[in-house]
Amino acid sequence: MLELIFFGWLAFVLIAAAIGVITSRNPVYSALFLVLAFVTSAVIWVLLEAEFLAMILVLVYVGAVMILFLFVVMMLDIDVASLRASFTRYAPVGVLVAAITIGELLSVIWLRSQGLPVLAQPAPHGPKYSNAKELGAVLYTEYVYAFELAAFILLLAIVAAIMLTLRHREGLKVQDISEQVSVRAEDRITLVSMDAESE
Amino acid sequence: MMLTLTHFLTLSAILFSISIAGIFINRKNIILLLMCIELMLLAVNFNFIALSRYLEDTAGQVFVFFVLTVAAAESAIGLAILVIVFRTRQSINVEDLDSLKG
Amino acid sequence: METIYLAIVLAPLTAAIIAGLFGRIIGRAGAHWVTIIAVALSFALSVLVLQGQLSNGEVFNGSVYTWMVVDGVNMEIGFLIDRLSALMMAVVTFVSLMVHIYTVGYMHDDPGYQRFFCYISLFTFAMLMLVMSNNFLQLFFGWEAVGVVSYLLIGFWYTRPTAIVASLKAFLVNRVGDFGFLLGISTLFFFTGSLDYTEVFADAEFLQNQYIEVFPGIPWSAVSVACILLFVGAMGKSAQMPLHVWLPDSMEGPTPISALIHAATMVTAGVFMVVRMSPLFEYSEAALSVVLVVGATTALFTGLLGIAQNDIKRIIAYSTLSQLGYMTVALGSSAYAAGIFHLMTHAFFKALLFLAAGSVILALHHEQDIRRMGGLKRYLPITYWTCLAGALALIGFPGTAGFFSKDALIEAVGHSTTPGAGYAFICVVAGVFVTGLYTFRMFFLVFHGQERVDEDARQNLHESPWVVTLPLILLAIPSLFIGWPTIGPVLFGDYFGSSLTILQQHDVLRELGTDFHGALGFVEHGLMSPVVYLAAAGVFVAWYLYLRNPAIVPALQRRFSHLYQLLLNKYYFDEINDKVFARGSLAIGNIFWRVGDVVVIDGAFVNGSARFIGWVSEALSRIQTGYLYRYAFAMVIGLCALTGWILLGA
Repeated sequence: MLELIFFGWLAFVLIAAAIGVITSRNPVYSALFLVLAFVTSAVIWVLLEAEFLAMILVLVYVGAVMILFLFVVMMLDIDVASLRASFTRYAPVGVLVAAITIGELLSVIWLRSQGLPVLAQPAPHGPKYSNAKELGAVLYTEYVYAFELAAFILLLAIVAAIMLTLRHREGLKVQDISEQVSVRAEDRITLVSMDAESE
Repeated sequence: MMLTLTHFLTLSAILFSISIAGIFINRKNIILLLMCIELMLLAVNFNFIALSRYLEDTAGQVFVFFVLTVAAAESAIGLAILVIVFRTRQSINVEDLDSLKG
Repeated sequence: METIYLAIVLAPLTAAIIAGLFGRIIGRAGAHWVTIIAVALSFALSVLVLQGQLSNGEVFNGSVYTWMVVDGVNMEIGFLIDRLSALMMAVVTFVSLMVHIYTVGYMHDDPGYQRFFCYISLFTFAMLMLVMSNNFLQLFFGWEAVGVVSYLLIGFWYTRPTAIVASLKAFLVNRVGDFGFLLGISTLFFFTGSLDYTEVFADAEFLQNQYIEVFPGIPWSAVSVACILLFVGAMGKSAQMPLHVWLPDSMEGPTPISALIHAATMVTAGVFMVVRMSPLFEYSEAALSVVLVVGATTALFTGLLGIAQNDIKRIIAYSTLSQLGYMTVALGSSAYAAGIFHLMTHAFFKALLFLAAGSVILALHHEQDIRRMGGLKRYLPITYWTCLAGALALIGFPGTAGFFSKDALIEAVGHSTTPGAGYAFICVVAGVFVTGLYTFRMFFLVFHGQERVDEDARQNLHESPWVVTLPLILLAIPSLFIGWPTIGPVLFGDYFGSSLTILQQHDVLRELGTDFHGALGFVEHGLMSPVVYLAAAGVFVAWYLYLRNPAIVPALQRRFSHLYQLLLNKYYFDEINDKVFARGSLAIGNIFWRVGDVVVIDGAFVNGSARFIGWVSEALSRIQTGYLYRYAFAMVIGLCALTGWILLGA
């Protein structure tokens, strides 16, 4: 019972935050609302006994991705005024599409599942349960290839992001490591044979 | 009343449709578009975790793990592109990006 | 024995090839000698074969060369030599030989001398293939081949526009008949699965009970349909109404071919074919009635047309049409033997008449209008007497060959019970009067009466050379005398034996045979029937109108002007054919071109599909706006739609 109330409260906050994301005039507010949404969902995940992922969500998503978002939002010079103007024009269409989508999804979840056996809530795990340990046991054995690939994807993202945004500034003296390393002795030094001179 | 799977699924469905509405309503800001994508991914993750719990299969959580990874990578690159677009066009208004017109 | 048959067929072919391809090398004399020798050889061998058939009557039915075997159907060249085909072979080669000799004189000055001999030898080959064949394929080959050679010969003087037109007309009208013929063969093939005579004939009775629905819902007896279609082919070849229009125009060709092809041989191919198919025709009363009615109509009405003609060859042409009608009537009343008998006698006296007309034309330097002839008896005695013999045979003067065949024929029709026989009888009897009239009109106007000859021509008027008159004499003899020895065995004896099939209830000749007491008795019997007197009446009227009181003629023409106009315009058949069929086909073709081809195929399918693609592409290209939101919108809409469809559908 308590669980239900707790869940209801968290769900309410989450939905409110989501609506706040899309209806904010100021992009910074939207980003902050999104942070709230992520944190709330992390709490709900703890409720579902997926603690590891909840922590990861906070660390990675909020700690890295959202910060990134905020950096970009604040870095770009955005014309806030024009953003406000266009909001109400497309509201009806958007609401309509959202309503249709919700209708379909809910019809599947509520109506189509009528005849299926109701899944019972599983018993909560004991105090010795470690979500991280359980996840690790599966991750490094069955899904190790996918794990390695994920690492590779992250590397790719790093390289791509840097490559895309790298700018060369004129007149800046920067070391070109690869050029320095590929230097040959003959380019720098020339040995010349001379007779000894005495004066 | 018990907390059943249906509640979680309903919650994720609502989140998903809100983000879709967000794509439609927002016309001016690419950043908002990226944020709505993040919301969609969050909704999907919700689904995975709820089902993983109720079906007692860890595979769902592993999947969330990877979704998180990829989402992070994708936001990074998406924002990099956004930065460059802003550099060249001095605007992040979506309606100005139409040079791929057929 | 087989080699003899092959020699009969191949000798004229070889001669034709030599005269045709090497004409210039071997010269005129060479061309005519090689073809005459070849045809004479064929004739001699044919007589030998005929003798053989008469003495022991053994039928030869064998394949000479198998062309191909397709799906169990044998397509081969084969010969069926029985009494019928032996008789035809003898007649064809004899008349052909006479015409070859005659041509030496007639075409003496013509630049296309060798070409002519090549063609007439080729024709002889084709006709022999037709009559000797033992399967439908070879029959059809011979049929078409004689049509082609006829076309070549009618248009022999190809620089004359009228000749070209006439040859095309002959070929096209024949084509119409051939179409029916081919359909008939196909019907028979469809039901029996074979092209061979013996196999098809064996199935004849079975075919009577098979039905074919030409128009859906109306079943017709298969054998009737096949026979009527085959007869359509005969109508084309033997110039029955309404496919008779080509024969008068075919007089554009040189006279020797009028004698050979359009009197004695090609036009009789249709009659021969019906007789050969007697096993099939006997099982179809409907087909026999059709044959009767068409033949009788042709006999009477074309004869009437002969009265109004002024070109000597045209008169004889219409006479040919009329006599072909008589032969057809005999076939319709199941008196096949009488039909063939008349065919044989007609071949002789009609060829004779044509050649005699040719002699007159030659003597007058190619003058053909009888109004510019007259009183030629003095100048052309041999021609006169032989022509008289032919004319008497044509009208059926008692004792001549024509009398025997015509009277037998008319009596057979009188006794027949096939539906339409009554109408046919009236027509053929009336036709006797008409025959007498037009024949002797021509005779009197040409040889008797006032000389209306051109002064120039009169100076040079002399009898034709012996190469022209010899065939005339040789043909006059059988025209007068061949009836006496042959009527007994051919009509009332069992001459034809197994080559004919006649059902009991149709066998009129057997009935007549019970009264037959020899040729002389037949003559006496004939003198007691009104037929001979009708012919005499015709002669008398001709004499009166053209010798005694010629002034009446213009008055009569004015008095009966409508009738006269109708006859003069040949019942307007040519006009109808031109306006309805020729122009109609052109109009339909025009519609197909302008609407079907240009609008539908070019406009809608070819150009239209290209334009449609262009339009679609243009419409689709508007989807690529470059706007990100439109794409996102499309994706989401698509997603909603798909999900909705699955939810509602499944």
